[in-house]
Amino acid sequence: MEDSSKRIIGLVLRVLALGATLTAAIVMGTSKERANLYALSFEANYSDTPAFKYFVIVNAVVSVYSLIALFVPSESSLWRLVAALDLLVTLMLTSCISAALAIAQVGKNGNSMSGWLPVCNQVPDYCDHVTMALAAGFAAAILYLMALTASAHAALDEDDCC
Amino acid sequence: MAHENGMKPDDQVEPVLVSEPREWLLLTLRVIAFLATASATLVMALNKETKKLVVATIGSTPITATLTAKFQHSPAFVFFVIANANASFHNLLMIAVELGGRKFDHKGLRLLFVAVLDMLTVVLASSGDGAATFMADLGKRGNSHARWNKICDKFDHYCSQGGGALIASYVGLGLLTIISILSTMRLVRLKPLGYQRAPVP
Repeated sequence: MEDSSKRIIGLVLRVLALGATLTAAIVMGTSKERANLYALSFEANYSDTPAFKYFVIVNAVVSVYSLIALFVPSESSLWRLVAALDLLVTLMLTSCISAALAIAQVGKNGNSMSGWLPVCNQVPDYCDHVTMALAAGFAAAILYLMALTASAHAALDEDDCC
Repeated sequence: MAHENGMKPDDQVEPVLVSEPREWLLLTLRVIAFLATASATLVMALNKETKKLVVATIGSTPITATLTAKFQHSPAFVFFVIANANASFHNLLMIAVELGGRKFDHKGLRLLFVAVLDMLTVVLASSGDGAATFMADLGKRGNSHARWNKICDKFDHYCSQGGGALIASYVGLGLLTIISILSTMRLVRLKPLGYQRAPVP
């Protein structure tokens, strides 16, 4: 596989991952629903849950990083730094999607052993919105894992290293 | 290095395998990471606390119920145990490969497999840690908006043991990241010895 096709695959994956992380951050950030329960009005917002806040922050940071990393020229030695940062970014993405999924699972099914009731019955639209954001975040994590493989492959195959 | 006496190309691989330096730093890090992830797995898997709590009071007689907090009650902690068990098994396997696997060099791709598996294990361990951290935070502080009460004020031993398991797994995760970067750099460092290409038959 020559260098140009490798580089194109890496770029395509990074652009797709940029789109996925941006979607995840925006969709989660705009999830808000107001519900009425027995004359009590409460609002479900992503910022009520630290896991969802972490999810939005990590996805926003990763999308900015992807945008910057798209413009690193392939011949400079910064490419190895990009490969190392890709590993850290993939770590952050997987941990944030896993944390958000854990809390969302409690929100949907509750936890009878701890006396936590599910909240999706009261705010179904909020739950659907969050589910879409989580799906985008999951796609972002997988895409970034592939982009990490591509950039590590590109960074290691240089003949003039070390 | 192997050009004397007109050796055949496949004989050239033999001296390369013998002269690969043993990586003591990587091995030490793997042993420590194995201990960290294995202890995280065990500490969380043995996390259980039983308590008699007063549930209601009728007149002047309190009604007590025996409540148990186990790690299986929460899917996030189950995933944490499974992910750390996988990570410690991976570390054990890599230690065994490092110590005794020199002969099993399938087409020169052993180091590549090790590097790829290291990356996958780092990703798995980080997701296990993320889920368990936020579930533990939910148990410690509750969520007033969703009307989920905290449970750590009643089951403090369960919470502190879970916290210890989390810290051990963070140490394991940090070490696994360093190990992954080192084993990936090893691919490049040993490239002149022909490790990235299959030996010519």
